[in-house]
Amino acid sequence: MKRIISLLMENEPGALSRVIGLFSQRGYNIETLTVAPTEDSTLSRLTLTTMGDDHKIEQITKHLNRLVDVVKLVDLTEGSHIERELMMIKVRATGSQRAEVKRCVDIFRGSIIDVTASVYTIQITGPTDKLNAFFQAVGEASILEVVRSGVTGIARGEKVLSL
Amino acid sequence: MEKLSGGDILIRSLADEGVECLFGYPGGAALHIYDAIFRQQRVKHILVRHEQAATHAADGYARSTGRTGVVLVTSGPGATNAITGIATAYMDSIPMVVISGQVASERIGEDAFQETDMVGISRPIVKHSFLVKDQRDIAETVKKAFYIASTGRPGPVVIDIPKDITNPVDKFDYAYPDKVKLRSYTPALRGHTGQIKKAVQLLLTARRPVIYAGGGVVQGNASPQLTELAKMLNFPVTNTLMGLGAYPGTDRQFLGMLGMHGMVEANTAMHHADVILAVGARFDDRVTNTPNKFCPSAKIIHIDIDPASISKTVPADVPIVGPVDTVLDEMLELVKAAKERPDRKAIDSWWKEIEEWRSRHGIILNPNYDVDSDMMKPQEVVRALFEATGGDAYVCSDVGQHQMFSAQYYQFDKPRRWINSGGLGTMGFGLPAAMGVQIAHRDAVVACVTGEGSIQMCIQELSTCTQYSLPIKIICINNQALGMVKQWQDMQYDSRYSESLYEDSLPDFVKLMEAYGHVGMRVTKRSELKAKLAECFAMKDKCVFMDIYVDPKEHVYPMQVAPNGSMRDMWLSKTERT
Ligand SMILES: Cc1ncc(C[n+]2csc(CCOP(=O)(O)OP(=O)(O)O)c2C)c(N)n1
Ligand SMILES: [Mg+2]
Repeated sequence: MKRIISLLMENEPGALSRVIGLFSQRGYNIETLTVAPTEDSTLSRLTLTTMGDDHKIEQITKHLNRLVDVVKLVDLTEGSHIERELMMIKVRATGSQRAEVKRCVDIFRGSIIDVTASVYTIQITGPTDKLNAFFQAVGEASILEVVRSGVTGIARGEKVLSL
Repeated sequence: MEKLSGGDILIRSLADEGVECLFGYPGGAALHIYDAIFRQQRVKHILVRHEQAATHAADGYARSTGRTGVVLVTSGPGATNAITGIATAYMDSIPMVVISGQVASERIGEDAFQETDMVGISRPIVKHSFLVKDQRDIAETVKKAFYIASTGRPGPVVIDIPKDITNPVDKFDYAYPDKVKLRSYTPALRGHTGQIKKAVQLLLTARRPVIYAGGGVVQGNASPQLTELAKMLNFPVTNTLMGLGAYPGTDRQFLGMLGMHGMVEANTAMHHADVILAVGARFDDRVTNTPNKFCPSAKIIHIDIDPASISKTVPADVPIVGPVDTVLDEMLELVKAAKERPDRKAIDSWWKEIEEWRSRHGIILNPNYDVDSDMMKPQEVVRALFEATGGDAYVCSDVGQHQMFSAQYYQFDKPRRWINSGGLGTMGFGLPAAMGVQIAHRDAVVACVTGEGSIQMCIQELSTCTQYSLPIKIICINNQALGMVKQWQDMQYDSRYSESLYEDSLPDFVKLMEAYGHVGMRVTKRSELKAKLAECFAMKDKCVFMDIYVDPKEHVYPMQVAPNGSMRDMWLSKTERT
């Protein structure tokens, strides 16, 4: 099962490698990873997705909590939450394709952020499956390059992850 | 405010932290620090002969005192040589602070001479690490390092410090902080009261209880509480390899060590238990045998300071996260206040069963070796050592058969007397660990039980013993082989002794000892053993090596049947099983 683990950690060198190390040591894969400082610049918020059963995830969250740099942690998949990913994608857009691609972008509420005579650069945000659906819609053959930010997420409602 | 250089701040901080000695080895990146050591009196430095030995010595110091062991090494090879000892301390949760010199800040990342990424290399085997980037951070970093190393589940902490940060020219204000606060590190100070109540309820209704206590009880200074609780309830107690001494080894209620080479009565009692109180133990694979066959009918109460140790391999019915001493204190209060007591009849008949296992299989009552054989047996050497030292020595062990025989046959009545590398199983640990113990306890009897294989992994430390006049008694159980390896080759590889024999290449240990200015003795006959041991321990200020020749064919038994065995499935000898 896919899990989204989100944590606050000290914004210090070495902190990130300790978090990553816990996964690589156990041979677990990190599917996606995003990190950035929060409004308090001494803290970073890290969100990662990984696959694993309950026991495995419980172990990994206990070990993450044990790291001296990790201040707070939440497994977002345990409650209702919102997840988003940002994708920028370059597609071939010539002739009749141009209108076709444009329509697709509109349907997915994306935007075209750069244009040349033969290429559109498109930005789309949403949950992972929406981004995957966009690939299908435009057709894999016309895709030139894809860059995704990885999943980031937040709990729904009044729950907050803060100090 | 006083102004000091970085090097002086570092050493002054150690002194103000209460450090009385550190174990180390100098080199380029640490030379400013070494100069600071030279110019003061408060912190004593012990010069070892290899950085691995510095870490093991600091480790032995820590295990025998409960205080944090301190190590100082240079960058590059000094740092990498320390790694084995850091990993050893990490696996056994030993408080240790390792200070490593690093190349100058502006050289880092250039593959400079003797540069190695110490923070990176040590990352998976430390509790935490620091790279110091500013002299103004040194004092606080030291304070944090000791705080982290010694609280919660203890462990090694590395402070990597670039050479420019300790330079003698630039001076800074010095004040050592009284305390530190780390928002991201808050070890539990007490257990959950509701859970503790539940646990006590379960204990009071137990009919076939066992207390299973590990190294956490020793580390957490909770032996008195554990002993009081066991006595009050008349419950049987077993200790892990790391926990030996947590409960008095000669007491009637003690069933001996459990696990792979544990006692039949301990493992069988665990297997049939209805309630297991696990304290400061981690259900290691060397204890549980096949996890899904582990103690099929037991409800498990698990007390540990580290939440990650609970329900890791065996799920706990009543998990309690907290320091073992305060949790046991609370349990004692509740038991004292409770009106009910465990069913007297049930407990009595449980003891009857246990006594039967013990009378049939207990190896202290019925030694499981041939007492009249031509060759001396390793077990009888340990037994003779126990008698020669009145059971009251610090016994530092290396790794192999001799380690298991020591754990089985030396009965430890006090905590912190049995010093061994349980988690990592590091050959070479024994002698340097014994140095650390002897330095912490100058007048105590310190024995290093070792094999002719293990001792050669840190034998250079005989020179350190000379320099500091350390009267360690090295009891080498010489079976002329890497005995534990050979045992497995007997059992699983049709006695194909691949690289476990030395072909007459062993040194003359007696002459070697004399070369270092120590005393060497050789014992080949049973009839001489007791007298020679007495002679050895009578030499109070001499380091003595007893090279004791034993039967090379002896195996360690009992031994759990693996794979797929349960706790109670054990080999009792080369041919008999439970
Ligand atoms: C550093 C290290 N290398 C290898 C091993 C694997 N090993 C475990 S026991 C053992 C044999 C030890 O021989 P010796 O010290 O003579 O003890 P004995 O088993 O003969 O009593 C070996 C090689 C180890 N534990 N540590
Ligand atoms: Mg040997």
